[in-house]
Amino acid sequence: MKITVEDVRHVAALARLDLSAAEEENLVAELGAILGYVEALAQLDTEGVPPTAHVFDVGPAFRDDEVRNGPEVDALLENAPDRWQGFFRVPKIIE
Amino acid sequence: MSFEPVIGLEVHAQLLTRSKLFCACSAEFGAPPNSHTCPVCMAFPGVLPVTNRQAVEFAIRAGLATASRIAPTSRWARKNYFYPDLPKAYQISMYEAPICIGGAVRFVLDGEEKRVRLTRIHLEEDAGKNIHDAHADASLVDLNRAGVPLVEIVSEPDIRSPAEAAAYLRELRSILQYLEVCDGNMEEGSFRCDANISVRPVGSTTLGTRAEVKNMNSFRAVERALEHEIARQIELVSGGGQVVQETRLWDAEREQTRSMRSKEFAHDYRYFPEPDLPPLVVGEDWVEDVRRRLPELPAPRRARFEHDLGLPAYDAEVLTARRDVADYYEAALARHRNPKAISNWVMESVLRIVREQKLDERLRITAWPVAPENLAALVALIDEGTISGKIAKTVFEDMVASGKPPAAIVAERGLVQVTDRAAIDGAVERVLAAHPDKVAAYREGKDKLFGFFVGQVMKATDGKANPKQVNELLQKRLRE
Amino acid sequence: MKIDLTSLTLASAADRLRRREISAAELTEACLERIAETEPKLHAFLTVNVDEARRQAAAADERLRHGEPASTLDGIPLALKDVFVTRGVRTTAASRILEGFVPPYDGTAVARLRRAGAVFVGKTNCDEFAMGSSTENSAFGPSHNPWDLERVPGGSSGGSAVAVAASQCLGALGTDTGGSIRLPASFCGIVGLKPTYGRVSRYGIVAYASSLDQVGPFAHDVRDAAILLEAIAGHDPMDSTSAPTPVPRYQSALGGDIGRIRLGVPREYFQEGMQPDVDSCVREAIAALESLGATVETISLPHAAYAIATYYLIATAEASSNLARYDGIRYGRRATSAKSLIDTYRRSREEGFGTEVKRRIMLGTYALSAGYYEAYYGKAQKVRTLIRRDFEQAFERCDLLVAPTAPTTAFRLGEKLGDPLTMYLSDVLTISVNLAGLPGVSIPCGVDANGLPIGLQLIGRPFGEETLLRVAYAYEQSTDWHGRRPGPIPVGEGPAAREAAR
Repeated sequence: MKITVEDVRHVAALARLDLSAAEEENLVAELGAILGYVEALAQLDTEGVPPTAHVFDVGPAFRDDEVRNGPEVDALLENAPDRWQGFFRVPKIIE
Repeated sequence: MSFEPVIGLEVHAQLLTRSKLFCACSAEFGAPPNSHTCPVCMAFPGVLPVTNRQAVEFAIRAGLATASRIAPTSRWARKNYFYPDLPKAYQISMYEAPICIGGAVRFVLDGEEKRVRLTRIHLEEDAGKNIHDAHADASLVDLNRAGVPLVEIVSEPDIRSPAEAAAYLRELRSILQYLEVCDGNMEEGSFRCDANISVRPVGSTTLGTRAEVKNMNSFRAVERALEHEIARQIELVSGGGQVVQETRLWDAEREQTRSMRSKEFAHDYRYFPEPDLPPLVVGEDWVEDVRRRLPELPAPRRARFEHDLGLPAYDAEVLTARRDVADYYEAALARHRNPKAISNWVMESVLRIVREQKLDERLRITAWPVAPENLAALVALIDEGTISGKIAKTVFEDMVASGKPPAAIVAERGLVQVTDRAAIDGAVERVLAAHPDKVAAYREGKDKLFGFFVGQVMKATDGKANPKQVNELLQKRLRE
Repeated sequence: MKIDLTSLTLASAADRLRRREISAAELTEACLERIAETEPKLHAFLTVNVDEARRQAAAADERLRHGEPASTLDGIPLALKDVFVTRGVRTTAASRILEGFVPPYDGTAVARLRRAGAVFVGKTNCDEFAMGSSTENSAFGPSHNPWDLERVPGGSSGGSAVAVAASQCLGALGTDTGGSIRLPASFCGIVGLKPTYGRVSRYGIVAYASSLDQVGPFAHDVRDAAILLEAIAGHDPMDSTSAPTPVPRYQSALGGDIGRIRLGVPREYFQEGMQPDVDSCVREAIAALESLGATVETISLPHAAYAIATYYLIATAEASSNLARYDGIRYGRRATSAKSLIDTYRRSREEGFGTEVKRRIMLGTYALSAGYYEAYYGKAQKVRTLIRRDFEQAFERCDLLVAPTAPTTAFRLGEKLGDPLTMYLSDVLTISVNLAGLPGVSIPCGVDANGLPIGLQLIGRPFGEETLLRVAYAYEQSTDWHGRRPGPIPVGEGPAAREAAR
């Protein structure tokens, strides 16, 4: 399976990974090899075979529409690298 | 060559559940930032979604009200993209197998019956909110709204004008309010609309390239935005150009649509079935149960008001636009059966006070200025002749201020209409005797003075004389 | 002669605790000492909770003193793989991107063990985000196999396996997505159980591949594993994929006769490339089961050769989505150099994720991307159905399947790091079990010429843990591989020395 460095860059952008040039190069080879390996699946006839999204039917799973307070929100928010007056702060989003 | 617009609308309506779609945080609007959050809706490590049954029920209601087919099995899907208001970096939505398929919304526009078909309705979670203007070089993220349930309602491109679009939205919003699944507040963002528009030569059956228009925050904005976009596209195409498939934002200040700065790449959402949630199975029993409990919808109610109650179309329209108003009207009507009079009082007086006193909270009237039974009693007093229509207006203002029933106010303030002929006649006689020169002038042809005499008689009777009798007796005496 | 408390099985320690022959404090202290002695060489732990463990042990002793133990596990020192979210205790998933993350909540399995009175001695090392088969992908250095310190303990739950094998604690939890409990159990000579998908709640484990991940116990013997499974299994309203199936008393299944058990041996699992003594050892074990009354027949799992490819498309696709939340905005590492939003994402993730994690995110993103979904992810989902059907058909004629857990015994550190595909192939015998959601257990069945443990794998029907454990127990009791412990670990500074945090 031929993967180009352009493909790698495109996928890295989708995945929000800032790869170094060396990493890009390695991935071209590695992804190529792995994809070559998985191409074997193409040989299998899967006509009419339904995909497995869930292995078992465990039945419905619903919640009642009730408000419940979870663990201390403050303790959760403590984990944020940058906060301002209760908000999470991030570099400016430019539309 | 003349062109016609082809418009499809996508509505995102926030559901009126107490808690969010996949966690038990409150879905209520207006709390301090990040206070209605938990590990699940903030996408902390290890968390999993659990579906709010009520949100599903609301979606079923919406589907039944639009005559959609409720899918026995629908599937959750992940829509993957990175944005700070989307904590998981994917939105749990539905893709290939939505919960409702097909259906339609019918409405009347300029006396004509219209029908816009629906493609689908599905459930999905809302994102949080980004605030851009608080800081120069930073944006702020509030995840209170992240995880609030939405239904996305997608119409077929059946809409042919901005006016139709607005009418469609009004009817859809009305339906959702009647169902009590959404409060329909466009300004606050609980009812959002995006449009897909293309143009084509009249008579053509193929679709032109469409553009998406977003950021329309009111029905008016929708109409104006569509008008502008249609004009833009027609001009473009007429001049030999081509419409680019893109997203454009409505700029209400500059009254134009602007292309969104081109993204680095078109969104590749990499949809795949949500592994953390089983397929959503909705059995017939559940559907029938919801169907049984559906309220009367706006269109049938409007028809009933017109045909059974004999109200004019305009009245029926205004009274049924919102369920709370229609319920109020019928509650009053139940106490005193005068459809037109009660309609007038509701439209002209009650709703006026609601507007003036801003009693409309998130498009649901929280406190009626006058209880419906009291309004009914007021109209009854007029119909019985106990008070005049004019006096009734005074009584009404007092009812609003004091909350007392009309009979009590009439008694306390002695406002009972004077209908004693002898008494009125006496007042007429005294007035005419007090103004002999004016009487003579009237008898010589100054007809306008009649109003003066009426005014004087009303003054002499503290406004309580029955106007009809005053007229009658004055005329009789003045002819003598 | 004072017994070495750390060499007790969980069941016998629990017994002695109840009879007040030993105290929870003593038992925990013995484990903490053992940890301190052996960690420089083993590096099984990322965090050792000395103070917290002592507090928990004291609380357990209170309850035991009053004759009111919370459960069999009250006072028992256990370890947790660092993908288990633990309230108040640093949780890293062996990744730099979660540095500084201290969760204020427990996952469900952890909460159940806490309620049961267990003592948590610490969080164990693993492959970063559970991606790997050797624990060499940890951002904080590998763990070492206590049978041979130059070798890997297996992965991804290597640290937990080491902690149990080396008597640092009496039991541990791991997670298994493609073999990550069974493989380390096999390499370290202990019991490792992956329950049926949905048997144990996934709420509170750092997600790798949502449709494959399962929580399971490591223990010295089958009884101990059964005790742990009972404590954590069962429906969880916080996990929509957890099964409502009632939890049997797994311990009651042990000791039953296996005379009518039909065992299936998948021919595809005995292909060439297997280490010869693994092959012969496992065949001996199968013969032993036969002599215990089970019948054995060779069966076929025709799509076995496609399992690795199927797994690596599905698991990485789900992982690419599950790991997208690690962006440095709400928790974890944020790149301080980033000036724009997009840079914040890209640099935080680049700096925070290791090579294998990035590789899998890339592969998974590719498999889902526009134009490739049908050929890769979509196709893999269909082949997954074919693999499930293979097992369904096999289970029409058999009650359990039996095979080796791994094609080799523990390999050397660094040996398989050159080519990712080579490492992926270690999972070839375990991976299908996750694709089909079945329960599987690895139990020690011998050692190779170098004295390295060999694991026997039993695979059961969905929610068939009772049969699985019954047969595993019967085999185990007929040999003495269980209870064998590695030789003494040299004390002192080792190449893997890292600071064991409190």
